Amino acid sequence: MSKHSVAPKAVPAATAVPPREAPGERRTLAGWVYLLPSVAIFAIFVIYPFGRTIITSLFATTPAGGLTQFIGIDNFVTLLTDPLYTQAIVNTLVYVLLTVPATIVIALLLAVLTAQDLPGMGVFRTIFSATMGISVAAAAVFWNLLFNANSGVLNRIIEFFGGEGVGWLIDQNVALLSVSIISIWMNIGMAYLILLGAIKSIDDSYYESVEIVGGGFWYRLRRVTVPLISPSLFFVLTITVIGAFQSFGLIDMLTQGGPNNATVLLIYRLYRDAFVNFRIGSASAQGVILFAVIFVISYIQTKLTEDKVTYQ
Amino acid sequence: MAKIVCKDLKKSYDGKTEVLGGINLEIEEGEFFILVGPSGCGKSTLLRIIAGLEGVSSGELIMDGELANEMLPRERNLTMVFQSYALYPHLTVRDNILFGLDVKKVPKAEQEQRLAEAAEILGLTDYLDRKPRALSGGQRQRVALARSVCSHAPLCLMDEPLSNLDAKLRASMRVEIRRLQQQLGLTVIYVTHDQVEAMTMGDRIAVLSAGRIQQLGTPLELYNHPANEFVATFIGTPQMNMAVAEVAPEGLVLNGGLTVPLSEADRAKLPMGQRWKIGFRPEQVYPATATSVHDTEVTVVSSEMMGNETLIFFDVAGTLFTARWQGQHRIADGATLHVSLDPRYAHFFDVNTGSLLRAAEDLDELGVRSTSAAGAAAAAHIEAAPAAAE
Amino acid sequence: MPFSKKSSGRVAGSGLRTSKSGLVATYAVLTIAAVAIGFPILFSISLSFTPLEDIINGVFIPTSLFLDNYVNAFEAQPFAQFIVNSVVVGVAGTALQILFSMLAAYALVFIPFGGKRIIFLVIMATMMIPAEVLVVTNFQTIRAMGLIDTYAGLILPGVATTFGIFLYRQNMMQIPSELKEAADVAGLSRFQFFVRVVVPMVMNTTVTLAIYFFLVTWNAYLWPLVSTTNNTARTVQIGLRTLNSSEGLSDFGMMAAGAVITSIPTLLLIFFGQKRLQEGMTKGALK
Repeated sequence: MSKHSVAPKAVPAATAVPPREAPGERRTLAGWVYLLPSVAIFAIFVIYPFGRTIITSLFATTPAGGLTQFIGIDNFVTLLTDPLYTQAIVNTLVYVLLTVPATIVIALLLAVLTAQDLPGMGVFRTIFSATMGISVAAAAVFWNLLFNANSGVLNRIIEFFGGEGVGWLIDQNVALLSVSIISIWMNIGMAYLILLGAIKSIDDSYYESVEIVGGGFWYRLRRVTVPLISPSLFFVLTITVIGAFQSFGLIDMLTQGGPNNATVLLIYRLYRDAFVNFRIGSASAQGVILFAVIFVISYIQTKLTEDKVTYQ
Repeated sequence: MAKIVCKDLKKSYDGKTEVLGGINLEIEEGEFFILVGPSGCGKSTLLRIIAGLEGVSSGELIMDGELANEMLPRERNLTMVFQSYALYPHLTVRDNILFGLDVKKVPKAEQEQRLAEAAEILGLTDYLDRKPRALSGGQRQRVALARSVCSHAPLCLMDEPLSNLDAKLRASMRVEIRRLQQQLGLTVIYVTHDQVEAMTMGDRIAVLSAGRIQQLGTPLELYNHPANEFVATFIGTPQMNMAVAEVAPEGLVLNGGLTVPLSEADRAKLPMGQRWKIGFRPEQVYPATATSVHDTEVTVVSSEMMGNETLIFFDVAGTLFTARWQGQHRIADGATLHVSLDPRYAHFFDVNTGSLLRAAEDLDELGVRSTSAAGAAAAAHIEAAPAAAE
Repeated sequence: MPFSKKSSGRVAGSGLRTSKSGLVATYAVLTIAAVAIGFPILFSISLSFTPLEDIINGVFIPTSLFLDNYVNAFEAQPFAQFIVNSVVVGVAGTALQILFSMLAAYALVFIPFGGKRIIFLVIMATMMIPAEVLVVTNFQTIRAMGLIDTYAGLILPGVATTFGIFLYRQNMMQIPSELKEAADVAGLSRFQFFVRVVVPMVMNTTVTLAIYFFLVTWNAYLWPLVSTTNNTARTVQIGLRTLNSSEGLSDFGMMAAGAVITSIPTLLLIFFGQKRLQEGMTKGALK
């Protein structure tokens, strides 16, 4: 930096060099020094593996991940003609539909109700955001204790009321729904917290004007709250959808994809191929497919946010 | 030796439009120098160039005899008071005042001594342990000043430091900053858009417009001999009344509609058929008396009584003129009024270039008289004016 | 100022004047929801203090302070070691994430340099790439570096965070440029300005991010599963997985104890940091 202080005497007078930054603000390499840690990590653990995954997806591979032969899109063709993989896609889509709308509706309702300035709201807020602190592993265990077919408490309650016990995680028609319930329970915390913050940042005057017009609860929700928090709502929608596509832990802990492949989701399949079956080429192709799906969702979200969503 | 010299200083951000177009000025040691102008005139840019916060496109900036174009701000040995005060919200008043002194390797004991001194001068001794957000606007202002005082730098740059204060506080801070500057022997470069601040505080003023210095001089020089139309209308409130004037057989015609009768003496100085831009200061528009040569009949649009004086707005062929009369005059809107528009008290400007052709006569003398004879001045003027005309 | 609190005092939502029936409905819905959401946790806590014989006989509420389940859990798996590992990984990971994103955001906001726009766009674009896609190659990289079963291997791939850089950048852009200029005039170097002004002024964001990063790191599942093969660096989550796969459907009380142990730190963090987290998350969501 002291370089600049030596320079003045050498500067020729009044030569026209139009745009010029301030002496202290001249472009330097210093910016890169501060960025280096992050950029290095991104390069090694995000950008390189991303490129490597794309390349690997076009090759036949050894179990250790070495590339043996270029096979073009064969890995993709094999996957998409594999009924078990298409079932994983269907399972994942069903799972997204089961979890996302329910998560958002419940979180929104709870956020609207607890945003009111009423006694005891602090306690409710803490309870509703609590699941954000629960890991998939712990959530799986908690719910396993509830679901367990023989001595699980849910079946005891059902039986107490004269119903028939449900094979929550062992009935292939119910297992995906059961996992979805746990997923909704887990995701409510984060969605709730974001929506609560958004609702609380709405200016009171909006509600006061509704008060003057005489609108009720649903009117306020529909005409004021939802439009004004739409950016946050969209954000929550996107992260919840993306999160659903990335679900892995619950399946790994509770069903291992069973019964009868009813709960094989995309990431679980990817994990099995990469780390159990050592089909690295196929796993990479699955990674590319997953990226494409998530990219499209993010893109749609960005577009919709830019065009339609109201900002406060 | 001049403290700061600007030689043909130019600044452009895109290489095409010039924010500053060839600034030449010298600022002396110990001077209170004002840069004044409307927003966007380049005054803040010039100040920031002197501070080293902006670069120069061409020209030379010389500080203490050394070329300073490429010096870093910290090498220029100056302080700066910002419009927003630039107080650090997480630091106490004490640490805000002392900010940067340790970097300059000022010993701890001396820091404490300077702090005590600055806090004493600015009345901040009781607030040293507070955070800025616990202070009023005026107190924050003082902390910013104290930071400058503490640094002991001989040059202090101020960028509209009073614009965030209310009118009353602003008036008292004007006096205080001036006192501080004299007490410490500082060279101050002070940027403002407020011509009252410029007139009351500055030793010298540079009026800027469109990136160029329009005039450089003492406050009274600017007031009495404005170099051009811009300076004439910028300095003085209410602003100078301007009209296009032309001599016709029946008298001086303003804006092609209002005729002011002329004496023979006037006609001798004003050649027939020539056109000017002519300007009357509101206080030089007098009520006409029975003996007024320049008795002109005008229609009053509205008037404002301030208590000590009255502002009367009247129509001059489509332009609104303002007269400022001492005392209280109750005048109905739409009333007909006789005013004296004596060309001897008018400034004449080139109708095309706007530059001053002739300043008002005796204005220095009149200025003195009107301030000394505050109360009964109106009457005095009415007599004085025709008397001088003969 | 970071995080302006315009929503203090009377809070929006719908609570200007609520009718009596509306109030009853509100509390009814909230109570039902609270029971439903809290039940799995409370039930497991209850089970964790109940002897297995009672559980099998359908008694889910402890009759005395029974700690054997916890003792059993610690004996079945080296949970003490797992907890230490998780704390080390959580604290070190969080600290590095905070440091790296703060430095990067500072460069992006306060330092002029060539390629700034492009690098920012690239960093933002990495948000689109799910970590699951990268896990295979990152496993190979970490293995090649000899970092399998080490803290470094667990921490490294996650220490650069787009979210952190983004949130810090948002916050730093709110710092008035005069504060930087005043520091320039006062003679502070770039690094001094960073340490003395920027770091303290973004403290709110740091607290939010610290809570968030710790939650995410502590709860991480896939990467710790892949990058550990034995107990030396294994985190508590993977410990719970091992416990689950070995004892899953037999010793309910011990499983409950294990899950409770795993959840205590993060639950405490939520209890105390809920408000901070909510404010920060909202900022992030609103861009």
